[in-house]
Amino acid sequence: MSCKLAIEDLNLYYGDFHALKSIHMEIQPNEITAFIGPSGCGKSTLLKSLNRMNDLVEGCRITGAVKLDGEDIYHGMDVNLLRKRIGMVFQKPNPFPMSVYDNIAYGPRTHGIRSKAKLDDIVERSLRNAAIWDELKDRLKKSALGLSGGQQQRLCIARALAVEPEVLLMDEPTSALDPISTSKIEDLAVELKKDYTIVMVTHNMQQAARISDKTAFFLLGEVIEYGETESLFSMPKDKRTEDYITGRFG
Amino acid sequence: MTMERTCKPVAAETINKLTFKDKMRAYKRSPLSLILLLLVCGAALITMLTLLYLIVYILVKGIPYITPDLFSFTYTSDNVSLMPALISTVVMTIIALVIALPLGIGAAIYSVEYAKRGNKLVQLVRITTETLSGIPSIVYGLFGYLCFVTALHWGYSLLAGAFTVAIMILPLIMRTTEEALISVPDSFREGSFGLGAGRLRTVFHIVLPSAVPGILSGVILAIGRVVGESAALMYTAGSVAQMPGQAGGGLFDSVRTLSVHMYVLSSEGLHIDKTYATAVVLLVIVIGINALSSFVAKKITKKQG
Repeated sequence: MSCKLAIEDLNLYYGDFHALKSIHMEIQPNEITAFIGPSGCGKSTLLKSLNRMNDLVEGCRITGAVKLDGEDIYHGMDVNLLRKRIGMVFQKPNPFPMSVYDNIAYGPRTHGIRSKAKLDDIVERSLRNAAIWDELKDRLKKSALGLSGGQQQRLCIARALAVEPEVLLMDEPTSALDPISTSKIEDLAVELKKDYTIVMVTHNMQQAARISDKTAFFLLGEVIEYGETESLFSMPKDKRTEDYITGRFG
Repeated sequence: MTMERTCKPVAAETINKLTFKDKMRAYKRSPLSLILLLLVCGAALITMLTLLYLIVYILVKGIPYITPDLFSFTYTSDNVSLMPALISTVVMTIIALVIALPLGIGAAIYSVEYAKRGNKLVQLVRITTETLSGIPSIVYGLFGYLCFVTALHWGYSLLAGAFTVAIMILPLIMRTTEEALISVPDSFREGSFGLGAGRLRTVFHIVLPSAVPGILSGVILAIGRVVGESAALMYTAGSVAQMPGQAGGGLFDSVRTLSVHMYVLSSEGLHIDKTYATAVVLLVIVIGINALSSFVAKKITKKQG
């Protein structure tokens, strides 16, 4: 199987600080890949490099290559188009201060869809895919800020799905949520991997073990170990991975 | 019977209420906090009473002299109509805003959304605007006189006045817009960029709508300054009491705004009663603008949730 995303010798610097050190990684389609590791190890930074959100950070310099279906995303690819193909869900739910409907329609409208019928269709489909249609179908015109945290996060997932991305990046999507909302989002992620490639940063090792197919363990800007989730958690090859997943540090 | 008894919340005594005695005992232990309390209470009272006294004083002195001919469309030295001044004020405010709003908001958008952090130009602009907003209005008036009235040969005119006050409110509008933009959370921008929206769309569809209440409060302050300005306008718009364009020069006719009108009336000393009546109208307008804009801001915030 050919890989969806290939990261080749990626180095990232914040000013003088070497935040990511020579990362090599291949991310397979229709799988959930989890990034785990202690705070500040660079996992979120790598995630943000995959749809070039780091471009917005001043003093951030990247070398190496990231390839989406073999195409280098840092050379000759329109960044807005890239972000349409690689969607992102953030740590804190960040719905826009507008109605539920307009939140979902914002992305498609950005990419030129104007027809009301089409937008209605996209809104319904995205909300259904994010498993929140039944809860929200009667309040599409209400402000998205009135929803609960878990609903807001699923709304943000629906918003990301509305532009029909190929890859979904999730940056600790459940860290601000209660256990019930968390389990809903985990179920959703497992459901979504049929159609999408998912890369998820998580602080929660049980979460990585529960839902991911592959796991990468990061430490101080390096990938220490990357492989099948099952084998990484049951027989880690590296001592540091073992120490981390058994809770000896981090 | 039994129901009644169980429902009655009788015996329970409220225990978390501070009685007057308790408070006094606490203040006895720390008299300084009592003094401080009295001081801040006094400050609040004096502030309120001053404003109240001012309003009541003007209303009492002015309302009896509000007559229909005060609103006549032509000014004569008998009716001292405020209508021409009122219309001139509105026209001048609109022109000044038309000039200053796009510039001020544009500059703020550039400095917050486009310029890199620590950009030298932006720092320079900030220092300049801060300095400008501290300059007395009479200085703006002199500048307007030299620049628009004399150098550009516009003469004493509505347009020269409008440009002068536009320059005066420019820093105010830019600063308040900047503050409003900065207070929009970055997560909105990230969300928008993350969906593949460009900077232009992000600014105009996500950031600016969220900043509207803040920008609006700046606009209100700006309107307040234009309506209340007199010194800068004496030098630039002159003080002819006529409708804008009445003398056939269009925007190049000299006009007087309400504040200037009041100044002229009171310095002539012939129509003090009418001056108070004019003040009532000015007061009502200012309060009206404030109420309207806070209503609009509330509407917008409500729509956004």
